[in-house]
Amino acid sequence: MIEFHLDSRSGVAPYQQLIRQVRHALRLGLLRAGDQLPTVKDVAGSLAVNPNTVLKAYRELEYEGLVAAKPGVGTFVTKTVSEASVAAHQRLSLELSAWIGRAQQAGLDLESIEALFQRAVRSAAREEAV
Amino acid sequence: MTDATAAIEARGLGKRYGHRWALTDCTLTVPAGHVVGLVGPNGAGKTTLISLATGMLAPTTGTVEVLGARPTSGPRQLARVGYVAQETPTYAGLSVADHLRLGAHLNPRWDAGLARRRIEQLGMDLKQKAGNLSGGQRAQLALTLALAKRPELLILDEPIASLDPLARREFLQVLMDATAEQEFSVVMSSHQVADLERVGDYLIVLIDSRVQVAGEVDHLVATHHLLTGPRRDRAGLPANQQVITDSHTGRQSTFLVRSDEPIIDPAWTVSPVSLEDIVLGYMGHSSARSADIKMLGARR
Repeated sequence: MIEFHLDSRSGVAPYQQLIRQVRHALRLGLLRAGDQLPTVKDVAGSLAVNPNTVLKAYRELEYEGLVAAKPGVGTFVTKTVSEASVAAHQRLSLELSAWIGRAQQAGLDLESIEALFQRAVRSAAREEAV
Repeated sequence: MTDATAAIEARGLGKRYGHRWALTDCTLTVPAGHVVGLVGPNGAGKTTLISLATGMLAPTTGTVEVLGARPTSGPRQLARVGYVAQETPTYAGLSVADHLRLGAHLNPRWDAGLARRRIEQLGMDLKQKAGNLSGGQRAQLALTLALAKRPELLILDEPIASLDPLARREFLQVLMDATAEQEFSVVMSSHQVADLERVGDYLIVLIDSRVQVAGEVDHLVATHHLLTGPRRDRAGLPANQQVITDSHTGRQSTFLVRSDEPIIDPAWTVSPVSLEDIVLGYMGHSSARSADIKMLGARR
């Protein structure tokens, strides 16, 4: 079982934050097929968040095929992120660390690096949306 | 949702005290099935609107319907609506148990099991006098009474305004837990917009008795954008971008706009806005407009 948290200053909508946390846990192997997600009532009560927000997040995850709702029982993870993509993750993470090292050597401070990275992510997201 | 009965429906609603109007010509629909945040500056008419909706006041003009009926139409209507007034009042001289007994006598749909369970969960002593409870516990007691009534609509007037951050969070946790369990509609007035962003899924901004903006929170956040870029006039923006606020320096312009379509102009840096930014934007928008009107008056 995972525990959710919300960052009210992140500028990311609460339901998006919940979705990201589930995806993140899947990628890191913290959630596997068959695991149950906390009930809507539990999440609403512990985070003081609107139950519709939790429902919306779970529905979106269901639409993506990551979880399935069993009526009257709960919401369960249906897909384990494959070992291969976990391995790819590690390799990419190493490459990114190396890239950050090169950027620092080129004289960029961490804030500039973050700005560069965010801009690249945003423009990729925009292309994906088109 | 289209033919669902509204939680609150006001048409041309007004209330006058002597010469002073506390609410004028207010027309609004509060949809059912949501946790609705009602925000606006002090004096906007929020408490007056709530008092009219709960039947504590009679309107001077117009009509208000709650769950499809007049607030003062009888005991059946009173049983359908839970109400927690400002400062979450309780009877200081009565114990927690006395409050529960009182609730049981006064409410036909009283759920004694629910009341007892909630009080137990909160760790409250039944023998304690309400006057000796902390502010947070008093608020929880008032909320418990309203929940045990098994209302279809729960109206809360600034329930968390005077609570410390921990008590505020605990109050909202219980409220959300109950909302998930009992499935009632909630209307809550508050200045704590950051809290409303979590617990609310629908927002109404009321300024000078007028609804400035109303809609589902996710939709409002998705359709408002902060644009910054090289200096440009308000008139230079496309017609589908409604300007809420703008500010300019020698070289730079900043706009808060509402637009259903994505912002594609590459000159702008587009940043997402929080619900608080949106609410403050509309409040600033309206005070700037009334300042304009005052200046025009002064010139004449």
